[in-house]
Amino acid sequence: MAEQEKILEIKNLVFSFHTYGGVVQAVRNVSYELRKGEILGIVGESGCGKSVTAQCILRLNPEPPGFFSGGEILFKGQDVVKMSQKELRKMRGTEIGFIFQDPMTSLNPTMRIGRQIEEVFQDAKGMSRAEKKEKALNIMRMVGISDVEKRYRQYPHELSGGMKQRVMIAIALVSQPSMIICDEPTTSLDVTIEAQILDLLLDLRERLDTSIIMITHDLGVIARLCDRVVVMYGGQVMETGTVREIFYDTAHPYTHGLMSSIASLDTDKNTVLTPISGSPPDLFSPPAGCPFAPRCEYAMKICYERPPQEVHLSEEHRTSCWLQHELAPKVDLRMRKEGAK
Amino acid sequence: MAKYIAKRTVAAVVTLLALITIVFFLVRLMPGEPFTNPKLTPEIKANMIAYYGFDKPLPVQYVEYLKNLLHGDFGFSMKYTNRTVNDIIGETFPFSADLGIRALCMAVSIGLVLGIVAARNRGNGIDFFCVIVAILGTSIPDFIMGAILQYFFGIKWGLLPVALYKGIEYTILPATALAFYTIASVSRLMRASMLEVVQQDYIKTAKSKGLSDFRVTVKHQIRNAIMPVITLMGPMVASVLTGTFVVESIFAVPGMGKYYVDSVNNNDYSMILGMTVFYGAFLILCNLIVDILYGVVDPRIRIGKK
Repeated sequence: MAEQEKILEIKNLVFSFHTYGGVVQAVRNVSYELRKGEILGIVGESGCGKSVTAQCILRLNPEPPGFFSGGEILFKGQDVVKMSQKELRKMRGTEIGFIFQDPMTSLNPTMRIGRQIEEVFQDAKGMSRAEKKEKALNIMRMVGISDVEKRYRQYPHELSGGMKQRVMIAIALVSQPSMIICDEPTTSLDVTIEAQILDLLLDLRERLDTSIIMITHDLGVIARLCDRVVVMYGGQVMETGTVREIFYDTAHPYTHGLMSSIASLDTDKNTVLTPISGSPPDLFSPPAGCPFAPRCEYAMKICYERPPQEVHLSEEHRTSCWLQHELAPKVDLRMRKEGAK
Repeated sequence: MAKYIAKRTVAAVVTLLALITIVFFLVRLMPGEPFTNPKLTPEIKANMIAYYGFDKPLPVQYVEYLKNLLHGDFGFSMKYTNRTVNDIIGETFPFSADLGIRALCMAVSIGLVLGIVAARNRGNGIDFFCVIVAILGTSIPDFIMGAILQYFFGIKWGLLPVALYKGIEYTILPATALAFYTIASVSRLMRASMLEVVQQDYIKTAKSKGLSDFRVTVKHQIRNAIMPVITLMGPMVASVLTGTFVVESIFAVPGMGKYYVDSVNNNDYSMILGMTVFYGAFLILCNLIVDILYGVVDPRIRIGKK
């Protein structure tokens, strides 16, 4: 993959929340980038900081209690962390669209669908009501909503879950942003609707050349949709690389654990899936070393004491793991050999 | 929507009928009787009982009462000679209604504003002030509030008249005393509701669209947060109405309150019945309006109750 224009670059981001119990360090030194026209997958279990990081891009986390204590988020060269409210508002909706996890609760129950889509143009000057409506109807047709004139006048409770998620996508896309963030867009939908929504996203990427960040804990979604993957755990990036590298050239025990805990069509029926034992780290007092060390079957003494350095395995493939150190024992984490069935 | 309204209306009529029936028989269960003046001779007393029809069996009296009610006739008072219950209500209700409506408007508008302002300023001095107002309002009964207002505004500073009801400046103190409790409950409810709605996912969606803070608050937050307040409107009207009894007597307002209390003391059957049915019908009407309003604000209810 040649050097493409970076549309978004997150560098050493640290974001925490004040709570009654103390400070939760939700995002600890996270860096990743999104290039023009690509779909970047972000995987990790619940509470690993993937959603919080993504919401930081639009500054949607409530601040306070949330606060930045380091790093920057460069969107088209501008640092989002330092933006004023006015600049943020200009960016939200128009430059970056956001699709939320639960379409059931993410639409305002007391406002008609059409209005909720048109609202994105609230600040657009010199646009008539008819123009706004035309744009809303167009985008609704584009995301596969049938009977748009009728839907335009309906309320969210009159629509099915899949339809609501299409409306959410319409809201995110109506002003043709250069980038959209999807926060588990299909988690609350059944698989047939999920497939339709994913096809829709792929299709939209083709047509509009939108860059997409896809947050999920479903490796199937990643394999199907994404170009590159970021694997997060305990508020940190564990491994990042192209989909091929992550699936066939796994270099981090956590990624390996994630993949051995899911079933696939070619899994033998006698194979017992291996869950990752233990529970995620307490982010009130994050561990000094690698956050995954207590659950890692290959953990060494050093893993508990010092955070691993990020190692480049190829142009795209990077991982933070002590196993990559020259003195560490060699472990083969690859699950499936490329080409082998 | 029309079907929904029709359904609510039928329910309201049934409620009213049940109210009339229960009160009619309950009144007769009270100890004592209307004609207790020691000067009455047994013959006169018997005449009066016959005149009011109390010698007939209860069910017959009940049917007769209902028949009269259909014509809007509450009958003659047994205490105030030659005056019908209708007359007395017609004379005094305008004062009570005037006071009640003023208090209610005041309570809802000030309560909502306080609640919204408090929620928007959560945790700082303004919020603290609003919470204090709410606590004072819920803990100080209206008759004490009335006396305090009379003392400071009427006597000490001489700004407003202490009692009677003869013009707009006379209405301010009693309406405030009456509204205070409701201001407090509306503002507390609205504040809690605003804080709950602000955590909803659709508020995040609204923000992600790049809307201004003001627009998110007005179009997305308030509209959804106001629902519980509308629900409370029915009971609120009831509490303001009953509050008028006390406040009216403190401020010497010539409203219904005094007559209502007296009628119970005097065992004035037709007055008790008449006033209760009148109040009851009024309350049921208010609740009906609230139900319909609810359907207007929340589209889910309109469809849900088809």
